[in-house]
Amino acid sequence: MNVKAGTLQEAGWMQLNRQKIYPAGILLAVAVGSLWALSIDTRFLYLLVYVWFGVIYGLFLQYGRFCMAAAVRDLFAVKVPRMAVGMMIAVGLYALAAAAVTLTGHNTFHAHALGWHVLVGGLVFGFGFVFTGGCASGSLYKTGEGNLNSALVIFSISFSQALVVTAGGWLDALAPSAWAESAAAKGMPDELSVTQGWFDMFTAGYIWDRKGATLAEMLGMGEPGMTAIFINTFVNAIFPVLIILVALYFFYYRKSYLRKTAKTAPTLADELGGLWHMCISSKNTAIAGVGLGIFAGLHMWVTGVLREHYNIFNFGELLSAMGYNNGLSIDGSVFDPGYWYITTQEAQWGGWVLENLGFEMRDNVFFGLENGLPNPLLNAPGFMSIGIILGAAVLALARREFKWKMPTVETATFAIVGGILMGIGARLAMGCNIGAFFATVTNGDPSGWIFLIGMVGGGYVGVKVFTYWMDWKMARDGGCGL
Amino acid sequence: MAMSFENTGNGEWTLNVTGYSCPHPQMYTKKALQKIASGEVLTLLFDNPSSGESIASMCEAEGNDLIDRQEQDGNFVWKIRKV
Repeated sequence: MNVKAGTLQEAGWMQLNRQKIYPAGILLAVAVGSLWALSIDTRFLYLLVYVWFGVIYGLFLQYGRFCMAAAVRDLFAVKVPRMAVGMMIAVGLYALAAAAVTLTGHNTFHAHALGWHVLVGGLVFGFGFVFTGGCASGSLYKTGEGNLNSALVIFSISFSQALVVTAGGWLDALAPSAWAESAAAKGMPDELSVTQGWFDMFTAGYIWDRKGATLAEMLGMGEPGMTAIFINTFVNAIFPVLIILVALYFFYYRKSYLRKTAKTAPTLADELGGLWHMCISSKNTAIAGVGLGIFAGLHMWVTGVLREHYNIFNFGELLSAMGYNNGLSIDGSVFDPGYWYITTQEAQWGGWVLENLGFEMRDNVFFGLENGLPNPLLNAPGFMSIGIILGAAVLALARREFKWKMPTVETATFAIVGGILMGIGARLAMGCNIGAFFATVTNGDPSGWIFLIGMVGGGYVGVKVFTYWMDWKMARDGGCGL
Repeated sequence: MAMSFENTGNGEWTLNVTGYSCPHPQMYTKKALQKIASGEVLTLLFDNPSSGESIASMCEAEGNDLIDRQEQDGNFVWKIRKV
């Protein structure tokens, strides 16, 4: 009896550890780490903002099982609009929050260049994430749940990007001579060798020749006045969101809703009720959408305020002032979007590792000029990604959903191949589902909708290929009874 | 771990997709629900939390009854009665 009671007591203690002490320990570690950083230099506050917003994003992502890959994939694979609805709620809220931030004068967003690369990048990215089981941010939060397949996806995205932006040799043939000529005409420093490396020629000879603009700017409104804010917020974001929600309702939700409510001749009120019911049918997802939208806007505002406080335009200036010059680009900057972003900092992780393995990683535009290659301990957006993992781990442990999940040959292959495709897609489009879609459409930049079209197209093809593979595998294994 | 799908008798089936991430669990569940007869019960074992959200929404859309939901340390055991 005593042994049994002791065993039960031990099991109870273990459970308490996992559910309460471990999450509290993670939060305490982040808090102690933050205080340690501030004790070194109070200007690390700028970096810590990324850390703590990352933790908040991780909490919401895990709470709502919020993954933009699911938004696209589940529509085609199992006809479930849950996550697509959640994504649209988040876009709507972020757009409103971004408008408020713009009014305060602290909006840190810059529009992306518009061109075919956004569509193609979205296609490749969307095709890839069907196989990885998560988008860029989804893979981070699932890593926080103990899913090592998702950790493998992050690893794959990181290194594939680092290799894509530095690759040369025969790949240079991918760049038309017009890109090489245009890149050469930019007068960049010799150390960047912009006419060598296809990605350098793509960036300097193609991307830089295209303008990025918000919808209001495209319509000739340069200053962020009320009309411009209305156009960027409502015409570019809120109205398209409403149209997409109505389309999701009619194509994916209406039939089952009318069947459940026994409405044979629905009125407009019934249809609006159905639309509302669709939006709140997964409360976790809807709440996460609202929270992510609001905090993404708040993140932008806090960073904007800090930039004003420190009188800087980029974190590189602060790093330099603090004496950390090693990872800066040749113009003294580092990647510092000022808002939620995922893939570029992951490329920096991969690039930093490769550089420390002896590879030359800075003779290119991506690391050498635009983003720098800081030590991960000084990579502010990188800490946001780590914060997402930790925030998700806190909630997954507290909800008893944390579980180490080891890759198999099959799942590891999907993670690596899908991650490589996501990395390539993200670099072509200059961002992922967060940087190239979520952050753009909500700040008046229509290029994000082009990325979404590509992502949806890629997701559709990906689901077709995945289904074909699944059927082939089951047939090979004698059907598995299915 | 390989996926398994078995008829456990008396109109009950078990689908085990433990170890799989999205989109495997929800896609196998959809196929399993297509395979079993109306009124039969599918016991579903999985450990990918986000798949649970999709499967619950799928059941709601198709009218299938999610009659039991158990969870222990990241392992989920759900029972679905096909409408």
